[in-house]
Amino acid sequence: MNNLRQFIRSFGWPRIIIGLFLLSLFIIAPFVGVKVSTSLSDTIVRFGMNGVMVLAMVPMIHSGCGLNFGLPLGIIAGLLGGTLAIEYNFVGPVSFLMAIVFSTPFAILFGFGYSKLLNKVKGSEMMIATYVGFSSVAFMCIMWLLLPYKHPTMVWGYAGTGLRTTISTEGYYLHVLTNFLQFKIGKTFMFPTGMILFFALMALLMWAFLHTKRGTAMTAVGSNPVFARASGINIDKVRTLSVILSTWLGAVGILMYQQSFGFIQLYMGPFYMALPAVSAILIGGASVNKASILNVVVGTFLFQGILTMTPSVMNSMIHTDMSEVIRIIVSNGMILYALTRKSEVTR
Amino acid sequence: MAYQGPPVLELRNICKEYFGNQVLTDVSLSLHKGEILGLVGENGAGKSTLMNILFGMDVIQRTGGYSGEMLIEGKLVKYQSSFDAIADGIGMVHQEFSLLPDFSATENILLNREPHKRSFASEVFGERLDLLDRKSMVEKARIAISKLGVSIDSAMIVGSMPVGHKQFTEIARELSKDSIRILVLDEPTAVLTEQEASILLEAIKNLAAEGIAIIFISHRLQEVIDVCDTVVVMRDGKVVRTESSKDLTIAQIARWMVGREVTQHADRRQFDYDNTPTVLSIRNLWVDMPGETVRDVSLDIHKGEILGIGGLAGQGKLGVPNGAMGLFPAGGTIIFEGKRLPLNQPRAFLDAGMAFVSEDRRGVGLLLDESLDWNISFAAMQVNNKYLKRYLNGLLMWRDEKEIQKVALEYINALEIKCTSYKQKAKELSGGNQQKICLAKAFALSPRLLFVSEPTRGIDIGAKSLVLQALRDYNEKSGTTIVMISSELEELRAICDRIAIVADGRITGILPSDSPSEDFGLLMVAGQPMSMEEHA
Repeated sequence: MNNLRQFIRSFGWPRIIIGLFLLSLFIIAPFVGVKVSTSLSDTIVRFGMNGVMVLAMVPMIHSGCGLNFGLPLGIIAGLLGGTLAIEYNFVGPVSFLMAIVFSTPFAILFGFGYSKLLNKVKGSEMMIATYVGFSSVAFMCIMWLLLPYKHPTMVWGYAGTGLRTTISTEGYYLHVLTNFLQFKIGKTFMFPTGMILFFALMALLMWAFLHTKRGTAMTAVGSNPVFARASGINIDKVRTLSVILSTWLGAVGILMYQQSFGFIQLYMGPFYMALPAVSAILIGGASVNKASILNVVVGTFLFQGILTMTPSVMNSMIHTDMSEVIRIIVSNGMILYALTRKSEVTR
Repeated sequence: MAYQGPPVLELRNICKEYFGNQVLTDVSLSLHKGEILGLVGENGAGKSTLMNILFGMDVIQRTGGYSGEMLIEGKLVKYQSSFDAIADGIGMVHQEFSLLPDFSATENILLNREPHKRSFASEVFGERLDLLDRKSMVEKARIAISKLGVSIDSAMIVGSMPVGHKQFTEIARELSKDSIRILVLDEPTAVLTEQEASILLEAIKNLAAEGIAIIFISHRLQEVIDVCDTVVVMRDGKVVRTESSKDLTIAQIARWMVGREVTQHADRRQFDYDNTPTVLSIRNLWVDMPGETVRDVSLDIHKGEILGIGGLAGQGKLGVPNGAMGLFPAGGTIIFEGKRLPLNQPRAFLDAGMAFVSEDRRGVGLLLDESLDWNISFAAMQVNNKYLKRYLNGLLMWRDEKEIQKVALEYINALEIKCTSYKQKAKELSGGNQQKICLAKAFALSPRLLFVSEPTRGIDIGAKSLVLQALRDYNEKSGTTIVMISSELEELRAICDRIAIVADGRITGILPSDSPSEDFGLLMVAGQPMSMEEHA
């Protein structure tokens, strides 16, 4: 009994309630004609697609820069990497690797500038970050048209210049991770082993980083910047590093997303990507300056699980195609809930 | 002076404790119509608590009330809130201004007590829609200000006034209350220039002549002697002396304030200054720390000694270590072990082999949301690369949890830190144990020189002596030089070899710690105008 109570306290009521709700959806599913195996498979795929972008929240939370509402900036670095990989005609798994390689310098550059800005606005990072995200998306809307891309699969057919709004990754890095060591149980359950492994690798690297001297310093800066300064830490440097890491993870995250989703979405694509990731980590139990890898895993699974299951179950129950509407209601509802959950720290 | 009738205010046997900490014991005093009573004492002597009780502040209620009796004009009262006190004609001028900066002096003076006039809307909807009677407001404010004998433009916005005028505005607000009988002034001259102060003192005398009883709290003893009829000296929550101000000297008051005739500390040691080298020399240090400005401090600290730095609050003693560490902008020269220390860089200070235990435990000293082992090991890990496992030629430095736990347990045992385990969060510990964590953090750095700032602030007597003992032991065992800053002279005298006193941002003197307390008291108030015979 005591153990149970302790478990509930450490795991947190919100997660237990959401978990039970998700479980009940899985139980109802067969009765309304939704296949549990397909749904489960979908949930796992979506978990893999979004996991790294949620992970991109962790470094900035640890260094006290708050939730990374500027995720679109990292995503843009990823988009640049992805399109460059295609432009230079890398195909298959190599293209995925090259996309990461190409996006890295952009992520470092953007992250550096972004952190310079955030270091000037300590205390109101999240508001500024939101607008960094928004304005960078708007700026790139122009750049996607102007950048001298030439590859025929990516540019507008009639004009020959300017990138299309959506670009297929087929033939490039579509499903390179999803299909790696993939296995099926029955006809409808598919497990994307490669994708989950890649997420696990990223999570492991993040976990390992937080156990190094620098990672420890990062956590301390987030916990009490004055303490860190009095312990000889250069706060601005640590924050810069965290922002660069977050931005780079955002870039890798969107590439993960694209390899599973099948399309590179440019222009307004990155605009709304930050909020689901922010919500997922908050639902996972993170606060504005504390987050663990477990928060990422639990949060992403619950958020994506609800997002997959609610529309399909509800849809089958009311026999009308409203899945998109329900999906929007549920995802924004979860975001709203999650943002009310953010807890402050003791000072 | 003989007063007629019952006293306006009488306090009988007031006792108050905060969480088992006795802060007031059997305080009795009486105040008559037209009397000016000077209340003096060191920081923490209980003056503010006493005034809070008088003014019915809710902090008193929240911490369990007080015992004893308070009589206003012979009538027993027990205030539930400050509103009751105000209704009974008690006015208080706080040390910190409580004024609305964007309002004019008039508006501030009469806030919520403005004269009204009826208007069409108020005829219909009731008096909450009355208009302010601007004309009589200005008149009332003018009268209140003129009682003070100063000229302040009552239409001026408070935010753009010089400090002195703010202080006058605040006093004028209290005077504009018709029923005012008792006026408490908490260090009203601290922010004033000499000229303004003398105007204020004159005004205070005039007010007393009009029959208002005044309690005047100040650290400037000459003022107290000049203006007050009676002087009450408090120390450690007790009234130690109530004297007529006639024939009092600053030296006498200083001695009463600082108190207890030298209790010989059994373990006093003779420090050999001639044969120990200087380890740290500070020359012309200035530090821009708000509220604790250091103007010009020069100091030589010998290897292995314990040097105390004392002085009254706000005089700059805290600025010395904070500036040396680089937490606040500083200038001057600091030479540690023969090498010049770059200023304004906390890292350089730590790398040189010094450490600092801040007076601001919760803000600077601790990671409140992290476990004890982190708190203890963090600084040493970052500065000295302790408790780390190295891989790839030191390229990868991994936290060594085992070592961290080991050192945490070591200090928890050595300093008798009360906690459930080393994984407990720092915010869950009591003040005394938090302080020990801060010490452990500094000890883990194994510094050759340690600054400790207000190590016993806010902790109870039992924990105090443990903390002081820990410092003394550390000094003796490892030979670490310690510079301890404290506002409690007694505690400095208990463990220090020498004590430097800071007043007005400068060192006014350094004395061996067994010098008579009177001498320290004089140094603390040095820099204040004194008449010639007292120097003799």
